[in-house]
Formats: sequence, C-alpha cells, structure tokens
Amino acid sequence: MLISVYVPLLITMVLAVFAPRAARRLAPRPAAWSLASAALVASLGWLGSLALLAFAGLVQIPEVAEEGQWSVAAVRASDPVHLTVAGAAALTLLASVTGLTVAAARQLRHLRWARRECRLLPGDTELAVLDMESPEAFALPGAPGRIVVSSGMLRCLGDREREALLAHERAHLRGRHHLFQTLWRLSAAVIPLLRPLSTAGGFVLERWADEEAAVRVGDRTVVAHAVGRAALAGSANRSRPALAATGGAVPQRVRALLAPPPPRRALPFIAGAALLVVCCVSLADAATDSEEMIETAQRAACVTTEARAVSAPSGPQHEVCCEHGQLDGPAQHR
Amino acid sequence: MHDRKSDEPGATSGRRARGELESGVLAALYGADEPQTARQVRERLPGDLAYTTVLTILSRLHDKGMLVRHRAGRGYAFAPARDEATHTAERMRSLLEHGTDREAVLTRFVSELSEQDEQLLQRLLAGHDGPHHADRTDRTDRTDRTDRTDEGP
Repeated sequence: MLISVYVPLLITMVLAVFAPRAARRLAPRPAAWSLASAALVASLGWLGSLALLAFAGLVQIPEVAEEGQWSVAAVRASDPVHLTVAGAAALTLLASVTGLTVAAARQLRHLRWARRECRLLPGDTELAVLDMESPEAFALPGAPGRIVVSSGMLRCLGDREREALLAHERAHLRGRHHLFQTLWRLSAAVIPLLRPLSTAGGFVLERWADEEAAVRVGDRTVVAHAVGRAALAGSANRSRPALAATGGAVPQRVRALLAPPPPRRALPFIAGAALLVVCCVSLADAATDSEEMIETAQRAACVTTEARAVSAPSGPQHEVCCEHGQLDGPAQHR
Repeated sequence: MHDRKSDEPGATSGRRARGELESGVLAALYGADEPQTARQVRERLPGDLAYTTVLTILSRLHDKGMLVRHRAGRGYAFAPARDEATHTAERMRSLLEHGTDREAVLTRFVSELSEQDEQLLQRLLAGHDGPHHADRTDRTDRTDRTDRTDEGP
C-alpha cells in the first residue's frame, strides 16, 4: 500500500512530461491512440490513488470505525497514510471530480451545439460553404458531421489542394476525432498536469488527418502546399488575436509532409504500454492492500469484543461480529 | 451511433462516394470566379470522371437549390447559389471572430501563424519548389498556379 498507491500518481507525472514529446514524433495514428489510452489510464489511476489515500485517512476517524466495526488502533498500527497526506488527497480528489463534472457538462453542451449546427447548415451535402472572404475551414462533428469551408478558402487553393482540404476534414469526421479531443479535454480537467498532453493530442490529430489526405490525394506535397497556403492566406487576411495557441504547429505539419512518411517505431509504444500496465497493477495492489487492512482491523475489533464477551457473557453478540464475514454475508443477500 | 442499419455496405460506400463528389463539385464552383460548364467542372476535379457523372451531380445540386444555372451555348453553366451561404456565414462569423469556447469541438484546418511561423513556412514552401525543378511536385504546383491566374488575386 505504502508505495503502490503513489505509483499511479508518479506515472501520471512521467506521462505528462514525456508522452507529448514522444507523440509528436511518431506515426500520428498510433500516437493518437496511445495518447488516448494514456489519458484514460492516467486519469483513472489518478482518481483511484487519491480515493485510496483519502479512504486510508477516513478509516482512522473513530466514528467511521465504529460504524464499520473495525479497530482504529489496528488500522493505525498497520501504518497506512499520514492524516495530512490523506487530507490533501481528499481535497485534490474533490477538485479533480469537480473539474471533471464541469468540463463534462461543458463538452456535452458543445457537442450538442455542433450537432444542432450540422442540421441547421443549409443543404444536405457533406460540404457547407460559408460565403466569406476570410479563409476558414473546419470539421463540425454531428450525425452526420459536416465540412464547413469559407468561399475565401476555396478560392485561395488550387484544384488538387481543394481536394486535399476536403480529404483532411473528412478524415477528422470519419476518425471521430472530436471524441479523442473530448477525452483529452476531460483528462486535463481531472489532472491539469495533462494539459500539454491534450495540446499534443490536438496536433497529432491534425497530422493524422494530413497523412490520410496525403494517401487520398496520392501526393504529400500537395497536402503540404494546401496547409501552407491556407495558413498564409489566413495570416494575411486577419488581424484578430490567435485563437489556437499552438505556435509552430503549421510549419511542423508542413515539414512533416515534405519529409517521407514517419517510420513505424515500436519501442516508445512498448514503453508507454508498460507504464500503463504498471499503473493498473499498482492501483489494484493498493486497493487489495487497503481491503486487507480493513479486514485485519475488523478482526482485531472482533477479538476485543470477544474478550469482553467472555468476561461478561452475552452469547449472541460475538456471533454477529465474528462470523460476519463468512456466514452472514451471503445469507443476507438472499 | 450509426444511421445505416438498413444499408448494405455497398450502398453505403456508393452514397458516400456520391457525397464526396458533391462536395468536390461544390468546392470547385466556389473556387471559380465564373459560372462553369460541366466540362469545365470535370477538368477541375481529380481523377477521371465521366462527363455524365459530373452532369448528374450538377443537376442534383441544382435541384436541391444549391446551384443556379445559365444557358451557355448548347448546355448550362453552373454557379453556386450564394444566398444561403451568406446567411450561414453571418451566423458562423460571430463564432469564428470572437473565438468562443465552442471552438473546442471544431477541428480547424490551420491554426494561426506567428510572424516567425510565417517566415519559416514561406521558406519551407519556397525551399521545396526551388531546387527540384524537374520533379513531379513542381509540376503539380505549376498547374495550381495556372488555375489561379485565371481566377485573379
């Protein structure tokens, strides 16, 4: 319990530092899936560890112990967690759960809005064109999702580049990339440390769509030029402040498209998978330990009661207490 | 999650391909400055589509009220019907210009460039065009440019 309960927290921090850097260099599709698994496991591990730590503090409160019929002395003797640590864990847990709830509600509202907007856009075609000069293009998730492009954007691209743009946005919709985004956003709400991972995830999704567009168009440089030209047209056209604070994302994408496709590498994925397994195993271990701790403390409490029962005989009481686990349990559920 | 329970896979991919062609045609018409005949649209689309396929798609989009057409010689020239697009643009503009939180669910084609990014990007694209005069990519780029010259700035 002592070490294993902290392992998921430690792994979360390791992932927060290394996963974003690694993901940007790997083939985008497996990188996106890895970041998604990392975010999911890290969030669950984080919440689980904090819950166990808070629980270890809770069971040391005499009133709670009385309710659960275990011995506080026995719990303390097993040297679980310092009360300050448990208190801090409880507060962090509260903050994480609140953050998650707020973020989930917001994300749900946005997804509903996007879905409604998809229906309201004119026509029933996959592509909806906005008649405006500033070059804009995005995928709007819905059922079915729509590709929204401004006429200004369509005019600034060549024929094959237009096809690349459509293929790129189509890849976002087909791959349900908004669900990846949602997962990362929620995990960053649980653990603010994971914000860089969420940002890296956004970049990886763009790369994924770029690579798919390149396969579709059959020429990586056409996609590179489409991305580059769209971005340059955008920066010439607008004077508004940056919306997406992903500095350098476009040059990185263009550079990656002008280079050969990223090689498939196994090692970072194996290392990541190993970390996630360790995270799950130690969380399970910590959970088992704290269960055992409570059982031991209950047995200890039982022995005390029994001792008292012998000195002042009142038969039925010790039956209730000591056979609680073995006989009463299953029988009660009938 | 999916609304294609009744469809066979073949029918789905057929419909999907048709949807993609519609997008391509619509995009090509918006990308052009003048109304385009079916033959002109066909030239602007990738792959080797049959003339009749393009004409079918144009007619369908016209029936949906998304295109307007004028007589041009023996056939028609098509242009996008802009009313709806203008109307939609007004609604979207506030979102795009004020950068609300709703951006969270959009995946934009390109993010904003910083000044350094802009210079770097120009170098990247120019650097690629420059030394490889004979290769295939340069040729595509040149065709792009010829497309663009008749469209004006």
